[in-house]
Amino acid sequence: MNYEAVIGLEIHCELKTKTKIFCGCATGFGAEQNTHVCPVCLGLPGVLPTINKRVVEFAIKAGLATNCEINKYSKFDRKNYYYPDLPKNWQTSQYDLPICINGWVDIDVEGQKKRIRLTRIHMEEDAGKLVHSGTTIKDSISSDVDYNRTGVPLLEIVSEPDMRSAAEARAYMEKIKAIMEYIDVSNCRMEEGNLRADINVSLRPEGSEELGTRTEMKNINSFKSLEDAINYEIERQTEVLEDGGHVVQETRTFDPARGITLSMRSKENAHDYRYMPEPDLPPIITSDETIEKYRAELPELPDARRARLEKDYGLSDYDAGIITSTRAMAEYFDAVVKTGADAKLAANWIMGDLANALNEDSVDIAKSPVEAQRLGAMILLIMKNTISGKIAKKVFKEMWTNPDAPEKIVKDKGLVQITDTGAIEKAVDAAIAASPKAVEEYKGGKKKALGALVGQVMKATKGKANPQMVNQMLVAKLGN
Amino acid sequence: MRYFAQPGHVLHDMLVKKEISATELTKDVLARIEEVEGTIGAYLTLTKETALKEAAAVDEKIARGERTTFLEGLPGAIKDNICTCGVRTTCASKILEHFVPPYDATVMKKIKAVSPVLLGKTNLDEFAMGGSTENSAYHVTRNPWNTDCVPGGSSGGSAAAVAAGMAIWALGSDTGGSIRQPASFCGVVGLKPTYGRVSRYGLVAYASSLDQIGPLARDVTDAANLLNIISGHDEMDATSSAAKVPDFTAALREDVKGMKIGLPKEYFTEGMDPEVEKAVREAIETYRSLGAEIIEISLPHTSYAISTYYLIAPAEAATNLQRYDGVSYGERVDGSDLVEMMTNTRTEKFGEEVKRRIMIGNYALSAGYYDAYYLKALKVRTLIQQDYTAAFENVDVIMCPTAPTPAYPIGSMISDPLQMYLQDICTVPLNLAGLPGISIPCGTSSKGMPIGLQIIGKALDEETILRAAYTYEQSQDYHKELAPLGGTN
Repeated sequence: MNYEAVIGLEIHCELKTKTKIFCGCATGFGAEQNTHVCPVCLGLPGVLPTINKRVVEFAIKAGLATNCEINKYSKFDRKNYYYPDLPKNWQTSQYDLPICINGWVDIDVEGQKKRIRLTRIHMEEDAGKLVHSGTTIKDSISSDVDYNRTGVPLLEIVSEPDMRSAAEARAYMEKIKAIMEYIDVSNCRMEEGNLRADINVSLRPEGSEELGTRTEMKNINSFKSLEDAINYEIERQTEVLEDGGHVVQETRTFDPARGITLSMRSKENAHDYRYMPEPDLPPIITSDETIEKYRAELPELPDARRARLEKDYGLSDYDAGIITSTRAMAEYFDAVVKTGADAKLAANWIMGDLANALNEDSVDIAKSPVEAQRLGAMILLIMKNTISGKIAKKVFKEMWTNPDAPEKIVKDKGLVQITDTGAIEKAVDAAIAASPKAVEEYKGGKKKALGALVGQVMKATKGKANPQMVNQMLVAKLGN
Repeated sequence: MRYFAQPGHVLHDMLVKKEISATELTKDVLARIEEVEGTIGAYLTLTKETALKEAAAVDEKIARGERTTFLEGLPGAIKDNICTCGVRTTCASKILEHFVPPYDATVMKKIKAVSPVLLGKTNLDEFAMGGSTENSAYHVTRNPWNTDCVPGGSSGGSAAAVAAGMAIWALGSDTGGSIRQPASFCGVVGLKPTYGRVSRYGLVAYASSLDQIGPLARDVTDAANLLNIISGHDEMDATSSAAKVPDFTAALREDVKGMKIGLPKEYFTEGMDPEVEKAVREAIETYRSLGAEIIEISLPHTSYAISTYYLIAPAEAATNLQRYDGVSYGERVDGSDLVEMMTNTRTEKFGEEVKRRIMIGNYALSAGYYDAYYLKALKVRTLIQQDYTAAFENVDVIMCPTAPTPAYPIGSMISDPLQMYLQDICTVPLNLAGLPGISIPCGTSSKGMPIGLQIIGKALDEETILRAAYTYEQSQDYHKELAPLGGTN
């Protein structure tokens, strides 16, 4: 039997507010343990929370950017469970009246557009971090608790089970990441845990409308893990079903090193969170004016930007999709084009040499050693035939470590393209004289032989001769 | 001459006129504590040394000719569920036996800003859960009017301290009557402000939507002066009211002519001690004779108040008390793993009543029961609030007994929690509705135990209940009597 995977994601997105959600402590990552704490986030007896209004603003903007309805009457609730990284032993979250509901985003997988519905977005506080003396809590004699992260604001973005493959889930998460970056509410650094997903996966016979039993994988914090975990789980569940078994509803943990999921907690041991309305926080009432104000403050979003790049610059849907996948890349692209550089060339350079170099050195595009201005200037040199595309690759490499303007680099390194007909003719004549065999072959109809002659000219001019001119001149001299 | 029997405003005048010094006054009250604390047991922690230093500082200020405001140099006591920076705050629980808060509650900041003398922290029912102070994990507090009787609760230590002259004033907290009922039992004035009038920041939470800090005092004037100091919006408490705070002492005038007093028939029914009813009805007659209009009213959902309260309060308590897990502060009882450590800590360090309410609360919140219990309780709470809203369309204040009986003997009710819960019938509806209420002495029983009259006001209208209370007080002498400190045996 063929099975269809049904996948839903709960994405936790850490907001980039300066202070925590319910107190004035800083949110910064990487501080010394327990330095960003106060009585409130430590949950000391007698303390009360007060809402950070920026969190509400960010949540509403996230909702508007994902086509959600904004609940004008929203409230916080206590989600009760005991864990030592949770000082109050409840998480202040939202239960039945989340701030945003009923949204959607569109994704693209292999050219196929698909709409993924969002059930809700709600606000909540992050927990602290356990620092075990061993590698896991089970093999540790003791554990320390670092409360710096306690109370860092999170959005939980919950999708409907609308995805059918790991690729779709990845595309969805990439889209959510892009939107959160565009509206500037999160740093979305997955390696710092700014963005992490809980994945629900179930299988059902193809054509069936009923949902199968699902398993949940928590705290997935890379796109690769997301795909690996889903693919593994689809395979595992398929095997269980094909063997005539039943999938057990449970929480599983994904081991990225081994690429497998392992049983963690079954439904029988699931928490009863005993949700109750948070009595210490009044409900959040949002007016139409506030919603419209936030809507007006939203920047151009990825889908709109992508359409604009296709329309204004004639970029392919695919290229426009990649360029707009992060706000930083889209802005870099815009800045390159602003210098007068050809948009298609700009897109190729950004997706090609620049992306590779950034990747190799693990540098963010916003901090690229080759700034948009300089890349634009270099592309202009190509457009003016000052350098060839091939030479440009050398220039780009040099620019990576050399802060000079590309014009200066080209000049200093003597990389200016030879467009002087006389000089090229000399080299062409020399090549013809030196390779009678190739000439004969070419004249005999073996057109490919021309390549060897071009190669010789380029070698003689150290690659600086304009390849088109070389080509034309050879053809002219040798006759068709 | 002994000063401890005087109300705060009288002592304040004496300080201003330099008839006494703050040090003399403090020493006198400390001497009184020395004499009777062994009998009464009002305190959990005494801060004698800092008290004398605080008094000396006020004396220096007076000597320099600086103006002195109310409460400056006046010795008082703080219920031990209000966080005091650097001074142990136990909530009368073993689980916080050595807990020293690193911060001051907002009320403590406000109080300290006017330089009173702080004598110490008073006894209570553990985490304010109870009406007799018998649920303290440390010791019982005895009623100064009859040391075989309870002082009421949960602010029993604060009420007894004021009644016995071991504090000129005190702060308590009131979740279902915990200021008013002990005030009634101990013959002092106790005021529960409107929910939100006083910041709860630093009050160790029992039931967050019901808790409110308020004063216990020798008379209405002192209560009004204290309310002036502790009231006001606090950005640390999102539920605190932004309403402007009036000068409550301006309300202290003898004037109830034309005041419409509502008598809810549901509050004068079964289970009420006839002597209590008699004293309260006499007080009402006094009001009538002073020109007030008495109107019988109905608060039809009163009979549901107790069950509503005993679902909402334990539910909130169950979550509020989850933080006591032995992990980062408070006491810890070790176990072989994390769950066992938490279980051992909570099992050994919480008292029976606290555990009972945690169980009730978790039951009411658990999956499958939430709608039937907690959600229904929230709906009934709205109906109770609406009862008051309707009643206050026709009356200015509502009057009734504070408690259905005078103070009862220690140990007589502790084994019957349900009977004990029923004692809260006159006080819990106000907390559910968030309304202000004051208890003032209005007589004594044949056994000589104080009886309290409760005056209930509209939200944020403490002025009218203070005016009504003050007017009655001026016509009586109950507040001038000092507790005799005797036992029945």
